[in-house]
Amino acid sequence: MGLSKKDILDIESLSADEIRLILESAESFKEVLGRDIKKVPTLRGKTVINLFFEASTRTRTSFEIAAKRLSADTINISASASSVQKGETLSDTVRNIEAMNSDVIIIRHPASGAPHFIAKRLKASVVNAGDGAHEHPSQALLDMLTIKEKKGKIEGLKVSIIGDIAHSRVARSNIHGLTKMGAKVVLYGPKTLMPKGIENIVGAYGDTPLHIANSMEEALKNADVVMMLRIQLERQGQSLFPSVREYSRFFGLNGRNISLAKEDAIIMHPGPMNRGVEISSEVADGARSVILGQVNNGIAVRMAMLYLLAGGHKEAVTSQESGVRS
Amino acid sequence: MPLLIKGGRVIDPANKIDGIFDVLVDDGKIIEVLPHASRLTPHAEIIDASGNIVVPGLIDIHVHLREPGYEWKETIKTGTAAAVSGGFTSVVCMANTDPVNDEPSITEYILRKAKTEGLCNVFPIGAISKGLKGEVLANIGELKEAGCVAVSDDGRPVMNADLMRRALEYTSNFGLTVISHAEDLTLARGGAMNEGVTATRLGLKGIPNAAEDVMVARDIALAELTGARLHIAHVSTKGAVRIIRNAKARGAKVTAETAPHYFTLTEEAVEGYNTSAKMSPPLRTKEDVDAIKEGLRDGTLDCIATDHAPHDPDSKDVEFPSAANGIVGLETSLPLTLRLVEEGVLTLSQAIERMTVNPAKALGLNKGILSVGADADITIIDLNEEWDVEPAKLKSKSRNTPFAGWKMKGRVMATIVGGKRIVYSILKA
Repeated sequence: MGLSKKDILDIESLSADEIRLILESAESFKEVLGRDIKKVPTLRGKTVINLFFEASTRTRTSFEIAAKRLSADTINISASASSVQKGETLSDTVRNIEAMNSDVIIIRHPASGAPHFIAKRLKASVVNAGDGAHEHPSQALLDMLTIKEKKGKIEGLKVSIIGDIAHSRVARSNIHGLTKMGAKVVLYGPKTLMPKGIENIVGAYGDTPLHIANSMEEALKNADVVMMLRIQLERQGQSLFPSVREYSRFFGLNGRNISLAKEDAIIMHPGPMNRGVEISSEVADGARSVILGQVNNGIAVRMAMLYLLAGGHKEAVTSQESGVRS
Repeated sequence: MPLLIKGGRVIDPANKIDGIFDVLVDDGKIIEVLPHASRLTPHAEIIDASGNIVVPGLIDIHVHLREPGYEWKETIKTGTAAAVSGGFTSVVCMANTDPVNDEPSITEYILRKAKTEGLCNVFPIGAISKGLKGEVLANIGELKEAGCVAVSDDGRPVMNADLMRRALEYTSNFGLTVISHAEDLTLARGGAMNEGVTATRLGLKGIPNAAEDVMVARDIALAELTGARLHIAHVSTKGAVRIIRNAKARGAKVTAETAPHYFTLTEEAVEGYNTSAKMSPPLRTKEDVDAIKEGLRDGTLDCIATDHAPHDPDSKDVEFPSAANGIVGLETSLPLTLRLVEEGVLTLSQAIERMTVNPAKALGLNKGILSVGADADITIIDLNEEWDVEPAKLKSKSRNTPFAGWKMKGRVMATIVGGKRIVYSILKA
């Protein structure tokens, strides 16, 4: 079985089998990352372009390392600092980049749907590295890989996603991915940051609407996984919450309320964290935190995504005995 | 030369006429509506309308002709060509041109262009506020003198309630209607589509129904306070229909329109980030569509108007949040309205009424009727002809339609403006 897709634009359009395939491939690549020579020739001669219209260190670096470990040529374009400010349209920027014969374009853009827009116009594969408040598929895949590693499974787990759901692409990707993999997703946050109809976004495949908890206590109680979302501090001025102090008191995860979750619950955060706001340092650095493990898994997952889109042939796996299926 | 339209089924809602008649036209006026097979006029040019319906020329009171200022999107010439091809003999054009139609010189420019290049009657709407800025009133008296038939800041709501009150009061001195683009911008928050599950799934900022509802309620309260005539543009929500219905029951002087897309499409048309389905107000839900239909049926919504909003590809072929609002509507309005007749929502006569005499009444235009002596604006329609919407074949300069590829039933066969001219005709000679 392979990934019979040109692009990875969102988790919503991936099947559970496709998610499983990416996670299994990532596990194989994780083994490569543990070797002395952390590189395979899989994508030798291929060009991968990181096209970032928004500032990002973590995701861009992670994709770049992933491409380099696969021996692809990588180019970083920070578009906000170049042509776009001169008034070039997205479709012109993208056409120019395609004229450079690239194989994979990794795009981050502040407009939801921008990756879909360019994917329709390009022969090259497009990977969404985060579009507006829509999706961030590689983040959800690495979160799922982390959960699978730490808990041994995803199915049947209670995963609580807490915080600014409205503006979070990480939340949407995880809601789709985790629901498809059989987890029970619970959402909680201030009502001002809970977007209309969020409980029904899995309507196309979910058996029942998602559960929106009525309190922090209910959200945390018996959770297997607690995923805290970053709050953007500049939103204070928009009356979405009165103050950071109040937010951390009523919607933050700390040493006290964490005890409501299962004893072996893991704590996740897509980063970058606001310590002392949505998560206290005590919890972020505590024994149950898997936040740094998430970062490490990011490279393996992104290698799997690039490999399945641009490589994807049996011989490409070459020296790996572990055998990524193709 | 006199013109005789023979043997068609004449539907003239204002005169409660529905039957086979011959219509005799001369010197731009209707001379007689005669029973079938009565006397013939020897020298008349004859149009055989048998098998077709003959109705008062359609009237669209919400059109953006884009001239002056945006001639690459539409001109008075191309916009009126689209109009007559869609069966419209009169269009009322909005003030959001560049420069804005807030000075009599602009109104005069539009009317002069319409006279030399236009294919149908063009009635300009003046701005409520200078530059559509919502700060101070435009010279409404002079605009009326120059030929404006109503005032509106369409495209932008008048956010300042006191200014809207003054606009209603002052405008009533001149017997004009104020047309409200009812949307509370603080609630709309720069949203890109309807607020709800689709927007949430797509990660797009939503505009709640309440943004329209509260503004409709506010403007009706102001109309009742001032006793002035108010017309609500492009109603899209269930709540707005309810509020207008209640206001009418109280006797408020309010009329309202909706557009074909609001009774045909839902927010799901945006799926796949389809910028052809991006408009203001946004497409809503099935519940709203049903309420709009009911509002049209019971007369809460008086008129169907298209909000014809032409845009060039560069304004639409961009990422969704950056795309311009609006769709072209003149050439698809009639068949989409006829679908309501097929569905049993409206009778044929009601459908024609909401596209002719009702919009004329809302703005006080002396049009939309086939009485003897009335202007000979007439549209001939084949109710059964089927056709596909091919954007490349539209007469409008712009092709931004969400109905590309749709099968339509009902086609305009001829459009007659001012009696003599058959400005558009696909009838065989």
